[in-house]
Amino acid sequence: MRKYTSMAIGFAVALFAGAPLGNTSAGESSTRVIQLRDRWNAAELGVLASLRLSELPPTPKDPSNAVEASPAAIELGRRLFNDARFSRNGAVSCATCHDPKKQFQDGLPVGRGVGTGSRRAMPIVEAGHSPWLFWDGRKDSLWSQALGPLEDSVEHGGNRTRYAQLMGEVYRSEYDAVFETMPNLGDLPNDAAPNGTEAERAAWQAMDERTRKNISRVFANMGKAIAAYEKSLHHEASRLDRYVDGVVTGDPAGVEMLDPNEVKGLRLFIGKAQCVSCHNGPLLTDQHFHNTGVPPRDVAQPDRGRAAATAKVAKDEFNCLGPFSDANPQQCQELRFMVSDDPALEGAFKTPSLRDVVLRPPYMHAGQFTTLEEVVRHYVKAPHSAVGHSELTHIHPGSSKAGHAERAPIELSEGEIKDLVSFLGTLSGPSTGAPRKP
Amino acid sequence: MFRSIVSTLSLLALMGAAGCATPPGNLDLSLTHPSVDKKFVVALQPPATPPAINQIHSWQIKVSSPTGAPVTDARIAVDGGMPQHGHGLPTRPQVTQELADGTYLLEGMKFSMTGWWEIKLAIQSAEGSDKVTFNTVVTTPVAVR
Repeated sequence: MRKYTSMAIGFAVALFAGAPLGNTSAGESSTRVIQLRDRWNAAELGVLASLRLSELPPTPKDPSNAVEASPAAIELGRRLFNDARFSRNGAVSCATCHDPKKQFQDGLPVGRGVGTGSRRAMPIVEAGHSPWLFWDGRKDSLWSQALGPLEDSVEHGGNRTRYAQLMGEVYRSEYDAVFETMPNLGDLPNDAAPNGTEAERAAWQAMDERTRKNISRVFANMGKAIAAYEKSLHHEASRLDRYVDGVVTGDPAGVEMLDPNEVKGLRLFIGKAQCVSCHNGPLLTDQHFHNTGVPPRDVAQPDRGRAAATAKVAKDEFNCLGPFSDANPQQCQELRFMVSDDPALEGAFKTPSLRDVVLRPPYMHAGQFTTLEEVVRHYVKAPHSAVGHSELTHIHPGSSKAGHAERAPIELSEGEIKDLVSFLGTLSGPSTGAPRKP
Repeated sequence: MFRSIVSTLSLLALMGAAGCATPPGNLDLSLTHPSVDKKFVVALQPPATPPAINQIHSWQIKVSSPTGAPVTDARIAVDGGMPQHGHGLPTRPQVTQELADGTYLLEGMKFSMTGWWEIKLAIQSAEGSDKVTFNTVVTTPVAVR
């Protein structure tokens, strides 16, 4: 595949340069000069080619989840994902905020489970490529991430003791087929958890260590099944992918996939609008954390983002190094080499994938912007951050001198803003999230 | 033939990547440097296969005295980042062991994007303390073979 890509680009470059390829090792001797509608130089072609979904490597294996490739685990996870019994009011499932019919999100500024959350539900397709989960990366695996909302008081609002009993009642045979035989949990209180209400914490403390560990293991295994299901969800090719294929193979029909305004937007995206400096690669994200000065939803309590999350993930009992992980400590590299003391983490949030972005307003980590145009205008305006420091270069009125010497400000005309927004509409696939055979 | 096209392309591609950040043309990419105050000669060895973007990987560091003797039992602190983007390394790499006399294992390296990265080492040993900075240019993954 890699070889094919390189050859295709080499061919395209020769086409654009008008140079004959001559006799090559692959036997491509003909010199077809096709005049494509859009011209890209070699540097731009390299960047474009790197954005294609076909360049996405297989999802990295998660050594902390031994069952993630098991079809039985995927099926169990799919059922758990959609089962609203795993909530305090019996009405909230993972699919409530991650609706499969809406690219696995809910279209709301902040999540709404049994209560109201403080951040936007994230898309989950291809989330297995991300070493850190949630906007602040407070979880280090998909399975550990899935456990967070289940016990969050405003999301599912339940607790692991209730869930473990429900697993025993409803999914025992499916559980036993994927994991070790479910332990006999004995006579348990309905509600008990180490992080719940005062009554739940007291009930948790009253149980013996062995019972607590058995309950937590069943709970952790629920997360592993849900993660297996989530990892089976993949994107389909977008118009951008077909356009770039057209450009690198010299296929005029492929080039027609984008209209001229969208192509102008693409030039800005990889050029002076600097979007690609964080939204890079086939998923259009660097999977890293950045402070771009997005205004907080609650000005009185600005969200510290990544800076407040590193301590949480480091001491999380469900992390890669914890007792419920299937990894050996050597394999937990992201956690072992995590950055936790960089001032740049203050007010920083994870770069989201832009695949399907036009289909899922509102935008940013707390749905602060209703439209993509507002998002683009934010990057042009580049306001100072309410917490920490924005990476963007802000130009003060009356001064042409940029505050941040290393990075050029993002300056776009009204027409360019429009073109960039129109380009962002080309990143959607036809059937997002459809399970695909590996 | 293709290899040369691809390597030229990768160089052009990294210059075009990010739209704004062409590495300086005179960047010293050599992997063996004297330290700032010439107390050590430091050689960096990247992994044999270029790592993918966002893939955690290891390097080796060889520390010698100016006369070529291995410098053992050194403590090496690692820092770095992208000077043109104003951000540091996405991970906190650490020297985790001395593999042989004067040869150290640097674990936890990761590059989150193409372009110019600095790797800065602060070395402390019985021979003294000194610093050294290396440049590396990460190319677009499409062209990495």
